[in-house]
Amino acid sequence: MNINTTKIISLLFFIFSAFYLYTAYQIQVFAFDENAPFNARTFPIYLGYTGLFFSGLKLILPDPDTIKVEHRTLEYKKTALLIVIAIIYGATILKVGYFLTTSLFLFASYYFLGERRWVLMFLLSFPFVAGFMYLLHGVLEIYLRDPFLKSIGVMG
Amino acid sequence: MTEGILIGLTTALSFQNIFMVMIGCFFGTIIGMLPGLGPMTAIALMIPITYGFDPATGLILMAGVYYGAVFGGSTSSILLNAPGVPGTVATSFDGYPMAQQGKAGKALAIAAWSSFAGGTLSAIYLLFMAPSLSKVSLSFRSPDYFALMILGLTAIAAFSSKGQFLKAMMMVVLGLMLASVGQDSLSDITRFTFDNMNLTDGISFVLVVMSTFAMSEALTIILKRNDPTAAAKQVSLTELGSIRINKEERGKMYRTIPRSSVIGFLIGVLPGAGATIASFLAYGMERNLVKDEEKEKFGKGSVNGLSAPETANNAACSGSFVPMLTLGIPGSGTTAVMLGALLGFGIQPGPRLYMTNPEIFWSVIMSMYIGMVILLILNLPLIPYIARILAVPKNYLIPLILFFSITGIYVMSFNNFDIYLMIGIAVVATFLRLYDFPMPPLILAFVLGGLMEENLRRSLLLSNGSWEFLWDRTLTVCILVTTILIVLWHIYKTFTKKKS
Repeated sequence: MNINTTKIISLLFFIFSAFYLYTAYQIQVFAFDENAPFNARTFPIYLGYTGLFFSGLKLILPDPDTIKVEHRTLEYKKTALLIVIAIIYGATILKVGYFLTTSLFLFASYYFLGERRWVLMFLLSFPFVAGFMYLLHGVLEIYLRDPFLKSIGVMG
Repeated sequence: MTEGILIGLTTALSFQNIFMVMIGCFFGTIIGMLPGLGPMTAIALMIPITYGFDPATGLILMAGVYYGAVFGGSTSSILLNAPGVPGTVATSFDGYPMAQQGKAGKALAIAAWSSFAGGTLSAIYLLFMAPSLSKVSLSFRSPDYFALMILGLTAIAAFSSKGQFLKAMMMVVLGLMLASVGQDSLSDITRFTFDNMNLTDGISFVLVVMSTFAMSEALTIILKRNDPTAAAKQVSLTELGSIRINKEERGKMYRTIPRSSVIGFLIGVLPGAGATIASFLAYGMERNLVKDEEKEKFGKGSVNGLSAPETANNAACSGSFVPMLTLGIPGSGTTAVMLGALLGFGIQPGPRLYMTNPEIFWSVIMSMYIGMVILLILNLPLIPYIARILAVPKNYLIPLILFFSITGIYVMSFNNFDIYLMIGIAVVATFLRLYDFPMPPLILAFVLGGLMEENLRRSLLLSNGSWEFLWDRTLTVCILVTTILIVLWHIYKTFTKKKS
């Protein structure tokens, strides 16, 4: 059997399906539902076995169209950086507020992607978010929590 | 009936109602473009306004918002690969690649014309068949729905070219697994939540679609930035915004639109089925019907591949009015909101609605024609400008796509966990996409998962645990035979292709 990344993904999916199936069997159902033709664990159990079946097939059967990814050409560093910024954005959005975190997220993302036109970067972050926020909060009346703007008295 | 149609036409053609359709289409398009805000939100936002008008005008306004939002959703699907509503997911399969080839204006124009044709044709079907179709839609039982879901999932055959069938099936299972997270709909027992309260309500559709499509697309673009094969084609703004559809492309659309409108309308009529299944089925059907040469283009910017789901989802929107108006059963979440508004007006929808309140029943149907025309008039001139979004440099476009994706989730839940989950799914999806694991089957399975389990549950409970329900009813058998034929046809085609 030729080992390639697709096979490794299939193996991971096989393990995941086994774990899913194990968890499906652990779902607590009501006593009167235990022997019912269908209860909360029936469908997940079918799914677990189906997952094992298809990933097992993919593992066993030959893979004629092997996908080759040129890892040397991939931009892992910038992608990872962008993911980290997004995580920080997610972690701070509720505490700091929508306006400041979103604007800083956009500004930082432009910067890390190699942009250096400061005025454009500023315009497409702070004023842009302010306009978008006005559309959501002011026009469409969709509530946006923002402790920062509240603390400086901009938002009620 | 003729008298009713005339009353409806007079009501729909009043200045106030035409103006309402215009306002509805305009706001619907704008709201539909924003990720996370689909037609349901758009209509819900309009309800307080509609109470200031008479019921017919209120319903006409909401219907206008509905079409507008569906079209707006298609725009973000095509330009950013960010479908905000399930019904426009299939639009992105060929719309987004077409836009990436510098034909964003053309893709939007094809979507606009297909939506127009789909909506108009289905309004004609609605005019003649609404009362009788309501009876047909009632004849569908749980086993039929379950079979229909299976048929819907066979649409994955459309994405499983080049030996991808097993990969597509694995993605289907993964989508169904994701859909099973959260409370069981009947017993309220929590499943796969691992005592995390944030997962009790399950994973939202917008979260899954934004992470597997928009966000993972953005991450893939960054990841493949230095890949010479992935370098974007440089096109002029004129080419990008051109809405010209040539004769050959028009010919393809002429063949696709009628059949997709029929399938879209019929699926739309079924309560609970809606635009998503309709668009996926139309896409799958179209791929099976076109010539081998065109089939190769599917997923890479095919005109048929874009036109079919766009026609079907708009046709399904009109079709979903049948169970709502004639039976009082909302066919989708959006029509459920509209039904609520209708009840708020003191109108009881049902089989006698077109006799007791002809001005409401027929004016809504008549306003659909007007709505489609207005939608086209409003949107076609704007396409060259909207398409220019793609001319925005990637350094700006990528963060903006991430921003819209995260905002879409944030305004829905105000929850950090959902943002982390979204990023996690996006990272996994990006990795899977690198190795050619298709995402559309995952989305389709995720959308159908809940419905599928629900209908399997009912069927098994009614048959006391026996699987005989699969061949007890003629309709179920017909749907399952169609499913088997599609799969066999696909296997046969793959086999003969390999041989040749």
